[in-house]
Amino acid sequence: MPTSLEKLQDMRRKSIFKVFEEKFRASIRITVGSATCENAAGATDVYERFQQNIQKHAGLEVILSKVGCAGRCDLEPMVTIVSHGQIPVKYMRVNPEKADKIFEDHILHGKVLEDFTMRRTAGLYNAQRVITVCGGKNCFDKHCSDIEKAFLENIQKLGIADKIILTRSACQGLCQYGPVCYVYPDGIMYQKLTPDIVKQICEEHLLKNHTLGQYTWTGERLTNRSFPFFGDVYFFGKQLRLTLRNCGVIDPESLDEYLAVRGYEAIAKILTEMKPQQVIDTVKKSGLRGRGGGGFPTGQKWQFAANQPDKEKYMICNADEGDPGAFMDRSMIEGDPHTILEGLMIAGYAIGASKGFVYIRAEYPLAVQRLEKAIADSKKSGLLGENILGSGWNFDIEIRLGAGAFVCGEETALIHSIEGSRGMPSPRPPYPAISGLWGKPTVINNVESLANLPVIILDGADWFSSIGTEKSKGTKVFALAGKVANTGLVEVPMGTTLREVVFDVGGGIKNSKAFKAVQTGGPAGGCLPAECLDTPVDYDSLNAAGSIMGSGGMIVMDEETCMVDVAKFFLDFTQSESCGKCTPCREGTRAMLAILQKITDGKGEDGDIEKLERLGSIIKNASLCGLGQCAPNPVLTTLKYFGHEYRAHIYSKKCPAGVCSALVTYNIDPEKCVGCTACKKKCPVNCITGDPKRIHAINQEDCIKCGTCLAVCKFNAITKS
Amino acid sequence: MEKDEKNMTCCCSCSSPNALPQEIVAYIHECMQKPHSESYLIPVLHKIQNHFGYLSPVYLEEVAQLMHIPASKITGVATFYHLFSFTPRGKNRISVCLGTACYVKGSGKLMERFKEKLGIKENETTPDGMFSIECSRCFGACALAPVVVVNDKVYGDVKPEQVEKILADYGFKK
Repeated sequence: MPTSLEKLQDMRRKSIFKVFEEKFRASIRITVGSATCENAAGATDVYERFQQNIQKHAGLEVILSKVGCAGRCDLEPMVTIVSHGQIPVKYMRVNPEKADKIFEDHILHGKVLEDFTMRRTAGLYNAQRVITVCGGKNCFDKHCSDIEKAFLENIQKLGIADKIILTRSACQGLCQYGPVCYVYPDGIMYQKLTPDIVKQICEEHLLKNHTLGQYTWTGERLTNRSFPFFGDVYFFGKQLRLTLRNCGVIDPESLDEYLAVRGYEAIAKILTEMKPQQVIDTVKKSGLRGRGGGGFPTGQKWQFAANQPDKEKYMICNADEGDPGAFMDRSMIEGDPHTILEGLMIAGYAIGASKGFVYIRAEYPLAVQRLEKAIADSKKSGLLGENILGSGWNFDIEIRLGAGAFVCGEETALIHSIEGSRGMPSPRPPYPAISGLWGKPTVINNVESLANLPVIILDGADWFSSIGTEKSKGTKVFALAGKVANTGLVEVPMGTTLREVVFDVGGGIKNSKAFKAVQTGGPAGGCLPAECLDTPVDYDSLNAAGSIMGSGGMIVMDEETCMVDVAKFFLDFTQSESCGKCTPCREGTRAMLAILQKITDGKGEDGDIEKLERLGSIIKNASLCGLGQCAPNPVLTTLKYFGHEYRAHIYSKKCPAGVCSALVTYNIDPEKCVGCTACKKKCPVNCITGDPKRIHAINQEDCIKCGTCLAVCKFNAITKS
Repeated sequence: MEKDEKNMTCCCSCSSPNALPQEIVAYIHECMQKPHSESYLIPVLHKIQNHFGYLSPVYLEEVAQLMHIPASKITGVATFYHLFSFTPRGKNRISVCLGTACYVKGSGKLMERFKEKLGIKENETTPDGMFSIECSRCFGACALAPVVVVNDKVYGDVKPEQVEKILADYGFKK
C-alpha cells in the first residue's frame, strides 16, 4: 500500500506534467490578475481581449492564464508576460487598447513596451541579468555591502555593467547561508558569498553563462520558488512572502497548479509521519502567534482543545475580515484558496476535529466562489472528505457566510453566528477551545495563521522561528492603503519598522505631502505619529506604543487628515457596530462620540478632553469583548500624540488640517483673483458673487464649505483657514 | 406540519399565499435534514434576500414555520445583521464605501453629494423607486479608494464631480 505521502507525490507528478503541457511548454505565458480589485479595475475585459488576439493567431505558442492578486493594487489591472530565460515583464493599468498593443509589439515582435511598465522598472527588462543581494539584518551584519561593492567593481572591470542590474532585497530567510544573492532570470541562489566568490560568479556565470554549482544553495523552500515569476524585483525584493507565496503566481482556480507547487504535501506528510501531538509540538516550537489580532500562541490554543476528551471537535477559519481598510484575507483566499483549506486540515488533524468551517464575509463573493470551487475540486481528488489520501482520516469543510456584523470577528460572537443566532459575544471562560460551537471544543484560527501552517510543516519550525523577533515569529501581511504611494498587499518579516513598510515598500506619501500618522489594527487600533515610525512591527512593540497589531490593516494619513475627525470616524464605526450587550461599550461609545461631534462642530469646551480620557479608560476596562475593550484606542492614541489638534479645535476653534467644515472658512484673496468666474460657475449653492474680470467674494452665510471653489481656481486665489 | 407545507397557502392561519419560491423551500427542507438545522437560518435569510432584494415579514413568518424557529428569534437575528434589509431597495442600489481608506480619501463628501442630488437620506429609496443609497463598510478594494458600488459595478477613485455623471449613467435626471 502506498502511503498518503507517496499517493500525493504521485498526484503531484501528474499535475506538474499537466501544468507543463498546458501552460509552460509554450514559449510565452501571459498572466492577467484576477481578484475583486483587479476585476473592478477592468481585468476581465483585458483577459477577454488577449483571448481574442490569441484566437486570431492560430498556431502561436502563447498561453493565457489568470492569477490571484500580486498585491500591486494601485497599478491594476496587471498583466505579466513570462518568457523563457527573461525577466518577467509587468505591465500596469492595462486596458483593452493597451492589451492590443502589447500583443502586437511584445508577443508578436518581442519588443517590450517600457511606457506601459512601472517607471521604477525602467531598464530592468532589457538587462541580461538582475542580481539581488540580501540586505536583511543577518546578511548586513555579514558585510553584504562589501559583496555589493565587489559585484559593482567586477562587472565594471569586465565591461558588462550595462547588462547587469544590482538590487538589494529584504531578509529572505536564508540567514545561516548568508550573505546570499539571487540571480534572475536563471533562478540561482548563491550562498556564503565572499568578494572572491563574487569575482568568480562575475567571470564565469555573468560573462560565460556557467553556473558555479559549488556555491549555489540547492535546498528547497516553499517560499523561494516563486522568485522567477515576480518580475518587479524592487517591490517583491523588499518582502518575504510566506503566506502570500502563491498569490499572483498560480491560477487560484487550478488544483493542479497548487499541487505542482507542493500543495497538500504538508497534510500528506503529517498523515504519513506525524501524530497529532507532534504537529502541535511543531507549531508550538515555531512560535506562531494568532494573526487575527490577539497574538495568542497558536500551538497552545490547539493544545487546550486537543486535551479535551470530547469525540466531536470543530475547527473554524475566521475570514470575517470586518476591519475597514483591510483586505489581506480576501486577497489570500482569492489568490490561493487551497492553502487555507490545507491549513484548516492540518489544524483539524492536530486537535482531533473532523469538521471545519470557513466563516467568511458575504461582501466577498469572489472569494466565496473560489473557496467553493477549491472545496469541490479537492473533494473530487480525494484530498478532502472521507479517507483522505487513503489514510483513514476524515475531514469535511463547510462555508458559512457572515451578514455584515463587525463584532462577529470576535470568537464567541462568531460561534453564535454559525449557530444561527445573533452574533453577540459571551463571557470567557469557558474559552471556545474548551466549550465552543454547540458546546464542543472549538479552535478558531485566522486565515493568515492557517496559511503559515504548510510552511511550518514543510520548511520546519526551526527555520520559521529564525524569522522575526524574539517574541513575534515569522512574517506579517499588511494591507497598505490611504495616502501612500504604493497601495497594496505586502508581507514583511516581523520586526520590520513602520518606516520601512511605509517608505521603502510603500514608496512614501502620495503627491509628496507630509506624513502625519499611520493607523494600525483597524478601528480598534491606534494612530501613531512620525516619532513612532521606528517602532518595529511586532505584537509587543505596537502594544507599547498604544496601538495593536490587529489583523493587518495599515492606513497612512498625510497632513490633510484631521486626527479629531479620524478618531470620530473610528468611534462612529465601533459605536454603530457595538452589539449592545454590555453597557460600557453601548452607552460609553455613544457618549464619547457625542463629545467628538461637539468638538468637530466647533462647540468643544474646557474639560472635554478629560471627559474623553475618563470615558475611554472605563470602556477599556469594563467591556466584555475585544470590540469594547479596544474601541477607545483611536481616541486615546490621538489624544496622546495629537493632543494639540484637539486643543486647537476646542480653544482656538480651528481645524489645523482644514477638514472639519464648521471650523473652516473659504476666502478669496483680492490680490490674486482675476475675476475668471470659474468658482462662481461651479459653486453648488451660488454663494459667490462678482462680475467677470472683477474681484469675486464668498457670502459666508450661504457657504456650505464644499471646497469646490478651491479645487477649480487656477490662480490660487481661494484660501482656506 | 408536513401536510401544511405542501399546501399552496401559508401554513399559519393567515391564509396568505405561500410567498417563498419553490427552490428556497426545497433548500430549507434540505437543511432540515442536516444536524443542527437551526444553524442554517442565516444562509436561508441570505437566499431570500438575494431573491427578493429584501426580507418582508411574510417571508420571515414562513421561514419560522418551515424551520421550526420562533418568529421572534428570526426577527432578532435578521435585524442584528446589517446586510439584511426590511424595505424594498431601489432599482439601482448605490453603495458608498465609508471604510477607513475611502473615508480618509474623502468618501464622506461623496455620500453628501449623492444624498443632496437624490434628495434622500441613507438607507432610503427615491419616491420613483429608481435609486436607493446606503453606506458600506469596506469592499476590500481599498487601493481604489474612494469606492462607490452601483448594483454590481465598482467605481474606483471617484471624485465628487463624477457623482452626477454616475447617476446619469443610470438614467437620473435632475
